[in-house]
Amino acid sequence: MKKKDMSKKDIKKDYSRWKKEKYDPSLQKKNTGKKHETISGKKIKELYIPPDVEDIDYKKDLGFPGEYPYTRGIHSTMYHGRLWTMRQFSGFGTAEDTNQRYKYLLRHGQTGLSVAFHLPTLMGVDSDHPLAGGEIGKCGVAVDSLADMEVLFDGIPLDKITTSMTINPPAAILWAMYIAVAEKQGVSPKKISGTIQNDILKEYIAQKTFIYPPRPSMKLIVDTFEYGSHEIPRWNTISISGYHIREAGATAAQELSFTLRDGIEYVEWALERGLNVDDFAPRLSFFFNAHNDFFEEIAKYRAARKIWAEVMKERFGAKNPRSWLLRFHTQTSGVSLMAQQPNNNIIRVALQGLSAVLGGTQSLHTNSLDETYALPSQEAVTIALRTQQIIAHESGVINTIDPLGGSYFVEKLTREMEEKAKEYIKKIDEMGGMVKAVEMGFPQKEIADSAYRYQREVEKKEKIIVGVNAFESEHEPIPLLRIDESVANQHLSRLKKVRETRNQNQVKQNLDDLKKAARNEENLMPFILNSVKSYATLGEITDSLKEIYGEYQEPVTY
Amino acid sequence: MSGIRVLVAKPGLDGHDRGAKIICRALRDAGFEVIYSGLRRTPEEIVHTALQEDVDVIGLSILSGAHSVLFPKIMDLLKENNMEDIKVVAGGIIPEKDISYLKKIGISEVFLPGTQTQSIVDWIKKNMEKENPPDGKS
Repeated sequence: MKKKDMSKKDIKKDYSRWKKEKYDPSLQKKNTGKKHETISGKKIKELYIPPDVEDIDYKKDLGFPGEYPYTRGIHSTMYHGRLWTMRQFSGFGTAEDTNQRYKYLLRHGQTGLSVAFHLPTLMGVDSDHPLAGGEIGKCGVAVDSLADMEVLFDGIPLDKITTSMTINPPAAILWAMYIAVAEKQGVSPKKISGTIQNDILKEYIAQKTFIYPPRPSMKLIVDTFEYGSHEIPRWNTISISGYHIREAGATAAQELSFTLRDGIEYVEWALERGLNVDDFAPRLSFFFNAHNDFFEEIAKYRAARKIWAEVMKERFGAKNPRSWLLRFHTQTSGVSLMAQQPNNNIIRVALQGLSAVLGGTQSLHTNSLDETYALPSQEAVTIALRTQQIIAHESGVINTIDPLGGSYFVEKLTREMEEKAKEYIKKIDEMGGMVKAVEMGFPQKEIADSAYRYQREVEKKEKIIVGVNAFESEHEPIPLLRIDESVANQHLSRLKKVRETRNQNQVKQNLDDLKKAARNEENLMPFILNSVKSYATLGEITDSLKEIYGEYQEPVTY
Repeated sequence: MSGIRVLVAKPGLDGHDRGAKIICRALRDAGFEVIYSGLRRTPEEIVHTALQEDVDVIGLSILSGAHSVLFPKIMDLLKENNMEDIKVVAGGIIPEKDISYLKKIGISEVFLPGTQTQSIVDWIKKNMEKENPPDGKS
């Protein structure tokens, strides 16, 4: 719009007139009494106008895709150059079962793998431990040793595929197993590529899969940064995750703030070790949630890129532009899926996935309609993948980069998201950093409060959930994937065989070396790699480190 | 209705405590005395806490899929310890197909995703009334 057409003052005046004479009286007659706010409780104006964005400077605040501060996208070509990676998180039953599912997904156009491990693996517990009772293969694939990992990637060339592994306290161990499988396939570790989640801070904050106390856990993570930058240069050694923070009940702004502050914490710890910021920062990656509130999510992703670029350039003095890039994976919100009328979940996922794409995600997992009941069936996961393909190939949204850039509403929302995040980041800085804040229970409390507030709003029907507190109707039961207990026996027999046939002296020697290295505060990656290669189990390696580091006990509060 | 003691317990290895914590707050706000077990409690630990705390109701929250193995263990332990008067309810990611089995082993009610906290409060009040009539001593 040309300046001549209407001055800012005129617009403001005209807006007041319109609101007073048209909008307000008309709304009063309709008397809906509805509050207009996001799912996070953020108030939204009835109309956004040019003066709302008058302090946004195009060059400084938005810029061009692939250029600082990357608000409009991290690549100059975005989806014109390459679509996002369609990466469905999956894993169930035995390594054989999941290997079959991976091959199925790859045949159907999926472009990257994402491993879901079962809970005992996530907790560093072997499947024959009493705590694993009932859990084997239920929430993901059972992996105890290199022998399982060999089966999991059998026939999948690791130099041709990128793999993301959702694994946190035992991340270094599973990563070592993957490296060992690559070597067995004759693939140089320098050529493999993928991501380990390896984000312990959000475990204390939200997902609660922790083993050791925060400080030794942080040490282990810095070990992987250091090792990766030399030995596995194409690997993302961390995926700093807001996903679980959001699932636990955080608002969009809290998800953004705590995730970015976690990122800052990892950088600070790595610098403390003496690493050069530009050696590891290009391998930091992020992982966000795509929740129901469409525009709020898009604003979140755009603000995230801008804040991270500023933090890396200004706060940490990173010189390599690759260090400034916030590359992120997105998963649609699990907690937004409803058990009632489960087919409606397809629509929720489509809208959420679309927001991630409009927000410029690098990879995307779309949830399956049946996930409030069980791990997804093959049919459900196919619909989820097809949803992404429809967004990519039919909707037309990839024709231009950052299609919502310049929308008064989206730009204003992006700015407000940024301001809120900076406020939280400052607050946590003042507490002495995220490890301190976690020890004080600060983010945990903030999230629990938000979760409870939202639940109350739903129960008072201030927030409507279709099929749950409005528009209720019966639905037919849907077919579900069942993991029967024979999976456990099949898996346990491989573990038994591994324990019986390996070189016990070698295992003991390697674990002793690992413990010694842990006591001496050396980088543990080479020792973990040796241990897994001798078929030491995940539980044995984890227990060895527990002897040195102890175990974390969370204060029990609600 | 004060005086009703509820243990909200999390068996299984999963760390999903959003639901459990919301239930704790809602029950507390409704006037119950609430004990929260914390994460990853074994059946033995849950039954031990229930005994120590002398609770009237146990609410089990699980999202890992291990309910079909862990819940029977908890029910057996309650029986062994003559604690069958405690009402046990459950919630989380539980396929509808499993509900009839869970009821058969003695779980009184299964609350599925989307359940209002108020309906859980109401259920406890109603079922505790039956146990303890208004003119009773408790």
